[in-house]
Amino acid sequence: MRIVVTVNNTEYVRDVEPRLLLVHFLREELGLTGTHWGCDTSNCGVCVVQLDGVPVKSCTVLAVMADGRFVRTIEGLGNGAGLDPVQQGFVECHGLQCGFCTPGMMMTARWLLDQDPDPSDEDIREALSGQLCRCTGYENIVRSIRWAAEHEASS
Amino acid sequence: MQVPASFQYRKATSVEDALALLHDYGPEAVVVAGGHSLLPMMKLRLAHPEALIDINDVHELAGIRVDENDLVIGAMARHADLLESAEAGRHFPILHDAERVIADPIVRNRGTVGGSLCQADPSEDLSAAFAALRASLVVQGPEGTRTVAARDFFVGPYQTVLEHGEILREIRVPLRESASAYLKVDRRAGDWAVGAVGAVLSIDGGVITEAGIGLTAFGAARFVAAEAEDHLRGGPPTEDRFAEAGRLASAHCRPTADQRGPVDYKRHLAGELTMRALWRALSRAVG
Repeated sequence: MRIVVTVNNTEYVRDVEPRLLLVHFLREELGLTGTHWGCDTSNCGVCVVQLDGVPVKSCTVLAVMADGRFVRTIEGLGNGAGLDPVQQGFVECHGLQCGFCTPGMMMTARWLLDQDPDPSDEDIREALSGQLCRCTGYENIVRSIRWAAEHEASS
Repeated sequence: MQVPASFQYRKATSVEDALALLHDYGPEAVVVAGGHSLLPMMKLRLAHPEALIDINDVHELAGIRVDENDLVIGAMARHADLLESAEAGRHFPILHDAERVIADPIVRNRGTVGGSLCQADPSEDLSAAFAALRASLVVQGPEGTRTVAARDFFVGPYQTVLEHGEILREIRVPLRESASAYLKVDRRAGDWAVGAVGAVLSIDGGVITEAGIGLTAFGAARFVAAEAEDHLRGGPPTEDRFAEAGRLASAHCRPTADQRGPVDYKRHLAGELTMRALWRALSRAVG
């Protein structure tokens, strides 16, 4: 089936099987391997991307469901010239260790801050509650997102 | 890698279109909404439809509104939509209590209210919540629409009265003075319930005029504790009455032992959660 999907502001036309999952479409068809593929059961959240601006678990969305829609992945988070404040926050606050959960965490964090520029630690933890960091680095992930919020507020 | 078996795929643009596609593709075609129950089952080969009819673009099924008599929730309303609906929370706090503990925010962005009900998972939270609320489900088929009480919608685990060729249009909850709450015990954030109870009370002049008790994951027929409801109705909301309702809910449900706990523990939980949900609901009653 022919689909047209806009990913990070670039339009892609591809012929795909209906059973192809969005995560595999991004990684294997488009080579955008920043989106990770983890539990395959919509538990771990490493595959989170934004679909029409809303974070979803791309292991549980079909690529054909993204036909005609806008997808944003970790590769589209910075503006090309520099890092997004969320990314910078992870740098400043040691928000990643092995890095496997990081892209999904950042895509959810960006969405959270777009909705609520000043979230409490509790709000951040709630937003991330469907995503696992097996390094258990949650404290620093929360600090990283707070850093981004404060940085955006002052800039 | 978990990937579904091959299937045909069509996007529907309206309810009429979806019904026509269901007819054209025959009995092995199924409707997909958020896909957060169906796609995992297809990956595991627990479901193997020959065709998926995608209703994500059927905008007439989206949205939540209040009309003259009912809170009306479109079948395609996402869990996040219901949780964000101030109208829903104001009239029926049980719905926000339940939504807050369904999976996680990312799953709630995609999963739908109608999809959850049609899936009829025995551990799914909204079935009991809508059963407790005595909601009605509006179903559309080739012959037109019919309305089914939420309590009559569920035939058994993963089974509903939906016939092939029919789709769920909306859920209607009759507006009335009520107080409600939903309490769940789970093992960790976002998990399925070990057990959960929803309670709805209407109280007039110090007397309970209507009571709804919905049980999640306790093996209760139609997701309700009918004996407890009968006991509650017609008397004042007292400690003794609530305790007896808990005892009846515990005695009449039929939990099964699994990795979330043995039967005696779940029975205890059913009784305790029934009482606590009733108290929580009562604390929200006006006046």
